[in-house]
Amino acid sequence: MFKPIHLVPDDTRIDFIGQRWIAFAFSALLVIGAIGIYLVNGLNLGIDFRGGILIEVRTDGPANIAEMRGELASLGLGDVSLQEFGQETDVLIRVQRQDGGDEAQIQAIDAVKAALGDYVTYRRVEAVGPTVGAELQRDGLIAVALSMVAMLLYIWFRFEWQFGVGAVVALAHDVISTIGLFALLQMEFNLATVAAILTIAGYSINDTVVVYDRVRENLRKYKTMSLHELFNRSINETLSRTTLTGLTTLLALVALYFFGGEVIAGFSLALIWGVVIGTYSSIWVATALLMFFNIRAGMGEEEGSEAATPGASG
Amino acid sequence: MVYFSRWKILLVVGVCLFGLLYAAPNVLGSRLFEGLPGWMPGKQINLGLDLQGGSHLLLEVETDVVLREEAESMLDAVRIELRRDRIRYTGLSATTDGVSVRIPDADQREQALSAVRGLARQLSGSTLPGGDPGLEAAMSEDGRLTLVITEAARRERVTSAVQQSVEIIRRRVDELGTREPNIQRQGEDRVIVQLPGIDDPERIKDLIGQTAKLTFHLVDNSVNVQDALQGRVPPGSEVLPVDERDRQGAGASHIVLRKRVVVSGDRLVDSQPTYDENNLPAVSFRFDSVGGRRFGQATSENVGRQLAIVLDGKVISAPVIRSAILGGNGIITGRFSVQEAQDLSLLLRAGALPAPLNILEERTVGPGLGADSIAAGKIACIVGLILVVVFMVAAYGLFGVLADIALFFNICLIFALLSLLQATLTLPGIAGIVLTIGMAVDANVLIFERIREEVRLGRTPISAIDAGYQRALTTIIDSNLTTLIAAVLLFYFGSGPIRGFAVTLSIGLLTSMFTAIMVTRLLVVFYLRRRRPQVLPI
Repeated sequence: MFKPIHLVPDDTRIDFIGQRWIAFAFSALLVIGAIGIYLVNGLNLGIDFRGGILIEVRTDGPANIAEMRGELASLGLGDVSLQEFGQETDVLIRVQRQDGGDEAQIQAIDAVKAALGDYVTYRRVEAVGPTVGAELQRDGLIAVALSMVAMLLYIWFRFEWQFGVGAVVALAHDVISTIGLFALLQMEFNLATVAAILTIAGYSINDTVVVYDRVRENLRKYKTMSLHELFNRSINETLSRTTLTGLTTLLALVALYFFGGEVIAGFSLALIWGVVIGTYSSIWVATALLMFFNIRAGMGEEEGSEAATPGASG
Repeated sequence: MVYFSRWKILLVVGVCLFGLLYAAPNVLGSRLFEGLPGWMPGKQINLGLDLQGGSHLLLEVETDVVLREEAESMLDAVRIELRRDRIRYTGLSATTDGVSVRIPDADQREQALSAVRGLARQLSGSTLPGGDPGLEAAMSEDGRLTLVITEAARRERVTSAVQQSVEIIRRRVDELGTREPNIQRQGEDRVIVQLPGIDDPERIKDLIGQTAKLTFHLVDNSVNVQDALQGRVPPGSEVLPVDERDRQGAGASHIVLRKRVVVSGDRLVDSQPTYDENNLPAVSFRFDSVGGRRFGQATSENVGRQLAIVLDGKVISAPVIRSAILGGNGIITGRFSVQEAQDLSLLLRAGALPAPLNILEERTVGPGLGADSIAAGKIACIVGLILVVVFMVAAYGLFGVLADIALFFNICLIFALLSLLQATLTLPGIAGIVLTIGMAVDANVLIFERIREEVRLGRTPISAIDAGYQRALTTIIDSNLTTLIAAVLLFYFGSGPIRGFAVTLSIGLLTSMFTAIMVTRLLVVFYLRRRRPQVLPI
């Protein structure tokens, strides 16, 4: 067997904590920017949340989008948008939510189908009425809020409360910046996006927990080391793992983005962003924030028992 | 940690074999496994509608209509009761949940209340336990008497209306020969209809959308239509519009008819498309014995008068009764097309819906897009897998190979569990599998990194591996549990395809913990025992 490549050198001593003010400034800008873009642009809510109609059609030759737009505009269905979807024969048609309740959406589908006639193939037809749209919006918010609370309770239960605070801030940082990305690129924000955000939250916490675990271990091992040095040591010790797992996950996601088809491309892109920002935040936000707390103060009672654990060499 | 007891080895090997066996039908096709008992391998993964193509409809039963109808009939009963007892009343009206009336004379209030209470016991058609009539009469200080449907009775009415709707929808869908439809109640007043393989649900929507309430009424010729439309309707009669198809012939746009129902469609036992004497499409029907007797009596007493056939509040046709129809058979003519005659007979056979339905949500995926999504998902899985496998070997050498073997079993186990649980695989579900492939190796990365550290600290191979597994374990559990929490909540609050994502992600997390910890460890232990290496190739 050949010698494995050590992608991250064995003994890195990068001063991550020393750069924390630069990172804090960057993160603050990122979060403020994300909120700003969200306030200015708003989210491009998909029909899952806003209600309305989405139709994907395929034409025999390259689609004449201008002509189709003309035909559909004359129907009086309000805002109708058309875009090429993945390839030039495929067109994604979005029709705004129709006034007049749930039944009106279904009638509008018939109108669009009548206008486009039989020379297109309907690959996908979705209509969501205002009732369901509002419910999906509510359920999505509940899911995100509850899962964050649950993950934080878990962290709080497993670690000291200071770690919980660090993890919350890092998590909020990742979620807000992801929402900002959707507002900036005006990518469609739909049910799949909520799933992506929850997955990002899960990944980000996962990554944070790995570093925190090492911090906790080192706190017991090196009782006199300065926190600055101790955090740096913990991050550097887990750096190889952080990088490798990030890379394997990114490899899988890049495959999904390029080969998984147009329908989940937006979903994959959100996850790719999430892995990058989640990795960044577990080092420069979650761990660096611990500098603000006197972590050792709360750990006094555990020291005696842990020091007796055999094999705690170092 | 390096020691493996025999039963543990058996367990790990057994689980891996289980994964292989139960995942196999998805690759080899299920035909190979035909004839085996149900618990044996042979089940393939259940594809969601977004992958196999099909139509998903979310319907709402307008249960208000049912309650409203009940309130209307209570209104008539209350009126009759009060008149009989000679109680003076004003402002008698039906509300959404009952009847309200004012008794101006204070002396008659007690009498009115007890009369209405007696009525409530008579009217009660409910099946609530303990003889609860489900109706509650009350009198307010200022003499307002109310008779309302109680909350328990309301819920019972709604439940039975929704269950009946599910049954009727199933019959209608079955008549069309749809393969494996899934029709079920959701929440209080909703019904989900899932129709695999249907990519143009228009006809089904039309069929489901009709209430198909058929009634026969005598036409009231005592007043002309113009007068009736201006509000001069004789008591006990009403004006109904004539179905568009019949207008050219009869000319009239509306007909005045008696409210009293001669016979209604719930007495029908059969209905078939047929042709009338002019060879035009028509619909035949046959009543049960009670319906046939009523129909025979009404037609024999009213020869020469018109009998209106009313479907969902519209008059389909109003033929003149030429002679008594005694056999309980008849045909409906109404300028139908062949298709319309077929659909109407189907609807009459299946029965009327207790209340109209509203379509709240429709999602239809054509077979083309579904197949494309599966193909794309396969390619993404394979490419992602190859990238991760190569990367792991490059990063950890022999240990990377062991992790890759574990990854292979992990994927087998995911497919095996999905097949066994008959969970539904959706497009986001495939994304969940690809993501799991990327994240599954995390546990091994954690372990191997730890082993490397221990080796650097100068430990022997065995003790480094022992410490590596032991120390990485808590981290692995902590980090996987947090993601699992997110996945489980996503399952509870997500809907449709998103649930599919939560399912594959959760299963993937659990199986990856098992394979990364147990399978690689077993492989590493075998390697240590055979080779007894002095230096670990990691």
